[in-house]
Amino acid sequence: MNGLTFDIAHLLAGGLVLVSFMMLYQDRLFALINVFALHAVVLALSVAWQAYVQDAHHLYVTAAIALVFKAIVIPVGLHRIIQRLGIHRDIETAVGIGPTMLAGIGLVTLSMVLMLRVTPEADPLAREDLAFALSIILLGLLVMVTRRNAVSQVVGFMSLENGLVLAATGAKGMPLVVEISVAFSILIAFIVIGVFLFRIRERFDSVDVGALDDYRGERR
Amino acid sequence: MTAVSFDAVAAILLIPVGAAALLAALPNYRITAGLNVAASFLTLLAALSLLVTDRPQPGQYLLVDDLNIVFIVLNTFVGFTTSVFSASYIAHELETGRLTAPNLRFYHAMYQIMMFGMNLAFVSNNIGLMWVAVELATLTTVLMVGIYRTHEALEAAWKYFILGSVGIALALFGTILVYMAAQPVVGEGANAMVWTVLIEQAARFDPALLNVAFVFLLLGYGTKVGLAPLHAWLPDAHAEGPTPISAVLSGLLLNVALYAVLRFKLLLAASPEAIAPGPLMVAMGLTSLIFAAFMLYRRRDIKRLFAYSSIEHMGIIVFAFGMGGPLANFAGLLHMVMHSLTKSAIFFAVGHIAQVKGTQKIADIRGLTETHPGLGWALVIGVVAIAGLPPLGIFMSEFLVVSSTFARQPLLAIPLVFGLLLAFGALLLRLTGVAFGEPRGSTAPVEASYVPMYSHLALVFGAGIYLPAPLVTWFQHVATILG
Repeated sequence: MNGLTFDIAHLLAGGLVLVSFMMLYQDRLFALINVFALHAVVLALSVAWQAYVQDAHHLYVTAAIALVFKAIVIPVGLHRIIQRLGIHRDIETAVGIGPTMLAGIGLVTLSMVLMLRVTPEADPLAREDLAFALSIILLGLLVMVTRRNAVSQVVGFMSLENGLVLAATGAKGMPLVVEISVAFSILIAFIVIGVFLFRIRERFDSVDVGALDDYRGERR
Repeated sequence: MTAVSFDAVAAILLIPVGAAALLAALPNYRITAGLNVAASFLTLLAALSLLVTDRPQPGQYLLVDDLNIVFIVLNTFVGFTTSVFSASYIAHELETGRLTAPNLRFYHAMYQIMMFGMNLAFVSNNIGLMWVAVELATLTTVLMVGIYRTHEALEAAWKYFILGSVGIALALFGTILVYMAAQPVVGEGANAMVWTVLIEQAARFDPALLNVAFVFLLLGYGTKVGLAPLHAWLPDAHAEGPTPISAVLSGLLLNVALYAVLRFKLLLAASPEAIAPGPLMVAMGLTSLIFAAFMLYRRRDIKRLFAYSSIEHMGIIVFAFGMGGPLANFAGLLHMVMHSLTKSAIFFAVGHIAQVKGTQKIADIRGLTETHPGLGWALVIGVVAIAGLPPLGIFMSEFLVVSSTFARQPLLAIPLVFGLLLAFGALLLRLTGVAFGEPRGSTAPVEASYVPMYSHLALVFGAGIYLPAPLVTWFQHVATILG
């Protein structure tokens, strides 16, 4: 592998981590969804580059799914839902932006230290991809924990799935079955969540998951 | 590779799929409930035929070996009895209007898809395919937990969905790491995810990568097993969904995730340089046991009570498998089977009780042995069994777990016994009021299906008195495989 292909792959995967960080401090729903769309675009580019480098044509399909489905269809759909629900107000962040960013930095450090230490013999590209992917997964989890709003939790979950796709494509020659399943699971997950969102809206008049806490079974 | 046995594997996968399509299409609930039972019964027969016929050679995707056949038979058996219980349960739900006919079509189709997902997870020879199957089974149960569409049901389904997804995402990352570890040895492509190939070559995998992979897999699938720090979805999902689903969640779905953990434990054990997976599992198992035992005291909802008891028992099972060795593995395996049978029988009884009393609050359910002797005594036997009293089966498996722990790690036996006694006290405390207190609430006669619950309890009782020698040799053999 020559220097340039490696650098481009590195740049794209690192860009994905950067966009994950951008998600952490978005305090409006529309902005958060736009950043997620950007996340999906960067992912699509990264996967496509992997497809080119590894000469693995089936990965182009994964890239196309990421581009069409995650960067266009889902963000547009979420915009619609938000408008219909009338919740385009501020996101309540459960934790302030400062501590969240610090926690994010800590998580990225953790995943770098962990993954780079255990994979000294692996292919350098796959190795860095794994480290970046774990960072993205942990940052996605962080988004889910720090938000109380159902839509932003969904966005956090999808960014987490993006990290998984990055890891799966970075692992050279990983069978297609997994990539399809990942893409497919996102589709199912989205449908499920969509159904839930509408029901939650219907029943609670709020998509603030915090409101759900009032209905804990132990306090009946 | 005979034609008959090959058909059996296909049958346990294809019957549920075909039934799901049919059940989704048919409108009449009486017919569909019957069909659901029939399909589950056929699947059980197919699974049983695997015991007597020659097994197919392991292929790229499917595999039947000594380990998973235990799980498959248990799975299809409880799946069948639950479908019988479900038929009488939903008839009542339809009368009271909690469920509508379209709900039921959806419910039955989902039930069969869930059975398909669980069976597929057991027979898959490919760690990617196994992951997909576990995810499928999870998604169908999420939908069924939310089927009542009440505040509580939606909260439970949402929580289950979010925690389950995070767990499943971590498990996928672990799966990818296993592939990364296998790839330099086995080569690129589908072979590096085939279970039988992995286990042969595991000694040459990079141990550091395997270690990290196992931590992710244990956390990921452990979420689905309901291990302590990751259990939050489990009580809600059990309490708010339809009771047949609580029965299959406790009796079967937890086992599916456990099976995945065991498979990867074997992989780690085959690699001499990797960390020993045992201590991690022992720690998580003990934490779950003691945590759940304390939580049992504060429950006011009867289904939630038994959900926490499931966490407790999964803790014991994971602890036993974590200890390892032929005796502890044997005990863990036996305990798993006994727990599945007992807990689903308890949920069958609880389902009918909650229907006739119109509530799940423990305080409002009193004196069942007087008002509804059939249900009340089933519950008494079930709780006595699950609390671990002799002469029932769980006593024996718990005794084996404790004695094997005493023999090897006496210090670990102290917290184990402490947790067991704590849970024992909580369960008996609740039972006395519910079964023998002053009768309260509706005394209307109940149209219950007694056959599933009493047949489960009879099996558990029989196992406590006498275990047939072929069963013992079979389980001992599986226990040695588990290392």
